[in-house]
Amino acid sequence: MHSVLRLIRTKFKLYWPLTKSLQTGLLLSTGLAGYMSARCPVMHWYHFLGLGVSLYLAIAGSTIINMWYDRDIDAVMNRTHHRPLADRRVTPTEAVRLGLVLSVLGVGLAVAMNPLYGLIVFAGLFFDVVVYTLWLKRRTAWSIVWGGIAGGMPILAGRAYGLGQIDGIGVLLTLAVLFWIPTHILTFSMRYHTDYQAAKIPTFPSTYGFPATRFTIALSSVIAALSIGTAGILIGMQWGFIRLLVVLSIGLFLLAVASVFRPTERINFGLFKYASLYMLAAMILLSI
Amino acid sequence: MTARILLLLTGLLAAWQVAIGIDGAEALPIFAYTVGFGMLLVASLLLIILGLEALDSPIVVILSTTIPLSLSLGLVWEHWLLLRAGYLVFAVLGFLAILFTRLVPFRGRLPVYLLTIVHGIAGLTIFLLPIAWALSGRAAPGFALVGAGGALIGLGGLMLSFLKAGRPVLSQATILKILPGLLLLMTAAFVLGFALA
Repeated sequence: MHSVLRLIRTKFKLYWPLTKSLQTGLLLSTGLAGYMSARCPVMHWYHFLGLGVSLYLAIAGSTIINMWYDRDIDAVMNRTHHRPLADRRVTPTEAVRLGLVLSVLGVGLAVAMNPLYGLIVFAGLFFDVVVYTLWLKRRTAWSIVWGGIAGGMPILAGRAYGLGQIDGIGVLLTLAVLFWIPTHILTFSMRYHTDYQAAKIPTFPSTYGFPATRFTIALSSVIAALSIGTAGILIGMQWGFIRLLVVLSIGLFLLAVASVFRPTERINFGLFKYASLYMLAAMILLSI
Repeated sequence: MTARILLLLTGLLAAWQVAIGIDGAEALPIFAYTVGFGMLLVASLLLIILGLEALDSPIVVILSTTIPLSLSLGLVWEHWLLLRAGYLVFAVLGFLAILFTRLVPFRGRLPVYLLTIVHGIAGLTIFLLPIAWALSGRAAPGFALVGAGGALIGLGGLMLSFLKAGRPVLSQATILKILPGLLLLMTAAFVLGFALA
């Protein structure tokens, strides 16, 4: 019994980094916020729990499959060469099995809960794994658009599950996440520019240069903030929370502008961190 | 780590004030307080993310002026009806003048004098108005806490200004060490003072 527990603990420690817990947690929070934007206060905790579990399984599963497919890239990048798959602490077969099991469980549970919700969760997984990772990531810098669409699926799924249908606000929230993704990913690809070059992955900085990338980040930050703000107003968010959202959006915009006109490594990484914090705060405000 | 926790608490208090604490006021004070507390919130987040070294940025001078200027404008508009229009003109012109003299290279001492005057008047207003109103019975005694917050913001502003001017009252390390605590105390005094007013 003791050895079984130890084995589980050891495996868990190895598998946990495969799920990219912070990224998965952030995407999960958008899904829960999408649901709560339609169903707040949450009256049926088992619906909420089902939503959380199915989304977590599907997001973690697709993340593991991505990491399995990209293990050759991870092995040559300084930032990622220590990941369990890249340094062979987890075998590829073990990882892809785990990813597939989690994905099937997540999508299966989602379909059982509500077919429309299940379809959107499946679409997210399909866009992320097949379109973004398998097809476009190694071919074009524009793959992030599809990564963004995949990233927008949890919030659309959560809202569709809450309402029983897809509505304009759900689409607006998806757009908000879609346009937030460049702020997140492009700042990252500038910070680890040489890593991506070593792995021969086309990115915006390597294709269009740093100034154009910074401008894209600033523009997408503004569109993301406008989309979230408009969605907040249409949802009927309290005036005080809209004020708070505007303040946080202005902070995001100012940092993005600073990164265009006074670009430094610190500002760039600050923008990356702030963008994550901004999205989390926006999701909390949408949920209240 | 302690500094980050203090800054996080400052940010959360400022966020609460923006979202809930200023409901019920007129449009202009709500705008002014949103700017002031919003700046405190964003500044706290940026200091957590970028570290206290972010205070070296030249934009800090503009931001640190906006906080007392906007808070004092809200206070005057709500509590000193006679001076409403005059103070609004002073706040707008003062802000624009500081912005201009910081963005365009100026020779001489004009930018420093301007900063001292605008910062000084705004700081004194936040410090004296609530205390005077609380003592004279025109506001609840708790409103005086806003004045205490004003004293703390003045103290922080002075320390940073002297540091930037190359004549620090305390060493840079000490100032950076006490600044997060000072910011939290100041924000807490403002939030409590407004709640008790």
